Amino acid sequence: MSNIITRRALVSGAGMGAAALLTGCDRLSESPDFLKMLSLAEKGNFAIQRSLQSRMGLAREFSPEDMSPIFRANGSRMPVGDSYAGHIASKFADWRLVIDGLVARPQSISMDVVRAMPKRTQITRHDCVEGWSAIGKWTGVPLKLLLDAAGLRPAARYLVFHCADQMSNGSMYYESIDLVDAMHPQTILAWALNDTVLPVANGAPLRLRVERQLGYKQAKYIQRIEAVASLDGVFGGKGGFWEDGAGYEWYAGI
Amino acid sequence: MASATDSDDAFGASKFRLVFRHRLSTRIWHWINAVAIFVMLMSGLMIFNAHPMLYWGQYGANFDAAWLTLPRFPGWATIPSEYSLAVARHWHLAFAWILAFGLLGYLLWSLVNGHLKKDITLSRQEVAPAHLWDDIKKHARFDFHSDEARYNPLQKITYSLVLFVLLPLAIASGLCLSPGFGGVAPWLVDVLGGRASARSIHFICAAGIAAFIVLHIALVILAGPINEIRSMITGWFSLSGKKA
Repeated sequence: MSNIITRRALVSGAGMGAAALLTGCDRLSESPDFLKMLSLAEKGNFAIQRSLQSRMGLAREFSPEDMSPIFRANGSRMPVGDSYAGHIASKFADWRLVIDGLVARPQSISMDVVRAMPKRTQITRHDCVEGWSAIGKWTGVPLKLLLDAAGLRPAARYLVFHCADQMSNGSMYYESIDLVDAMHPQTILAWALNDTVLPVANGAPLRLRVERQLGYKQAKYIQRIEAVASLDGVFGGKGGFWEDGAGYEWYAGI
Repeated sequence: MASATDSDDAFGASKFRLVFRHRLSTRIWHWINAVAIFVMLMSGLMIFNAHPMLYWGQYGANFDAAWLTLPRFPGWATIPSEYSLAVARHWHLAFAWILAFGLLGYLLWSLVNGHLKKDITLSRQEVAPAHLWDDIKKHARFDFHSDEARYNPLQKITYSLVLFVLLPLAIASGLCLSPGFGGVAPWLVDVLGGRASARSIHFICAAGIAAFIVLHIALVILAGPINEIRSMITGWFSLSGKKA
């Protein structure tokens, strides 16, 4: 008898314990100090991945038969506003890619010039932070070539990608990467997907591919690349739209 | 022989005999891992909620054929309870270190102190079909060998499955989900059949671990929760003394 009571007490105790655990976890999730502690792991993950990766180590490239039949488009699929609509109408003939900030020779390049530059084609897997993935074939200009043309100043540490898509809260999408990823051979500004001109839903006319990171780093509709020494003064200071607004990791290698 | 099992002594503490059952390494890891596992499972369910579909192969998204589509897990099962993929990832990617290095530390410690060899490894006699069948029948009668200090064969098999298959595979398949790790060891992603397969395997391992926890807690309750929990805190386990 006493045994049964003990068991019942134990089970209900365990139930209350679980409820307390849940409430406790939610409370911890809202505590800036605890989140700061968890973010130590993000820094550790970044440091460890960078030390394990070879600087030029490539993300897996696939053969054409491995490709997803349909490459899913996510996030912004159609930037709002007359300006972008005009660019669609003119097939991006007047689109300029601006490279400025901490560079010796600021650039303003037309799409014709971008497409005429040496190109790289890669069939890679796109991994969304949500868990799905798709394999597609990207063609574009290696970012390094554009940066060489602009001449990064020694103080430059990050590249900020300013995009033409306005998000629901009114801010413009942006992302940033450091120079290790910027100089990586698979880091390209893609202007074609699966052998056709990059569709609007996938970021026309120019989209970043930084293949060893998650989908939200692959900024679409790029109109300006700004070289900066620090991300502190840029928008919310966390280095990207999702980083600022929703607390996603700046380093999205996991 | 000083068998205290059924000899009434002057103090009346006749039927019970305390034996030292769990080493310090086992007890420390058990509780650290218990916390880590719960955080990993619950934050993992929140991450799963962001795209509650599973596929086989190198890729998988909405247009591809999912082998499993589930409704979203409710708030009481997830960390945090309100939808936040970002916060769940912070929990998951931090506690992953505790889970992985906790397991590694425990396995190394248990290798050195002989726990794996003496307590987990099945003897040739134990894996004999007749002996296993006998053990299955005992379990079916809810006889959980609480008169023995050592683990029984089914218990050893279950623990081995968790220690050497489910937990390591959950960790390996989790690593394969990282595009950064894919640049370090693409061969491991291929061994698991691609990233979408690795994600499926990750989920199946998690489900296996969750099933183990349910079974584990049910058996602790059936076998005598006070005695079982005490033994995992202090190391001392009381034999019931039913056996003469």
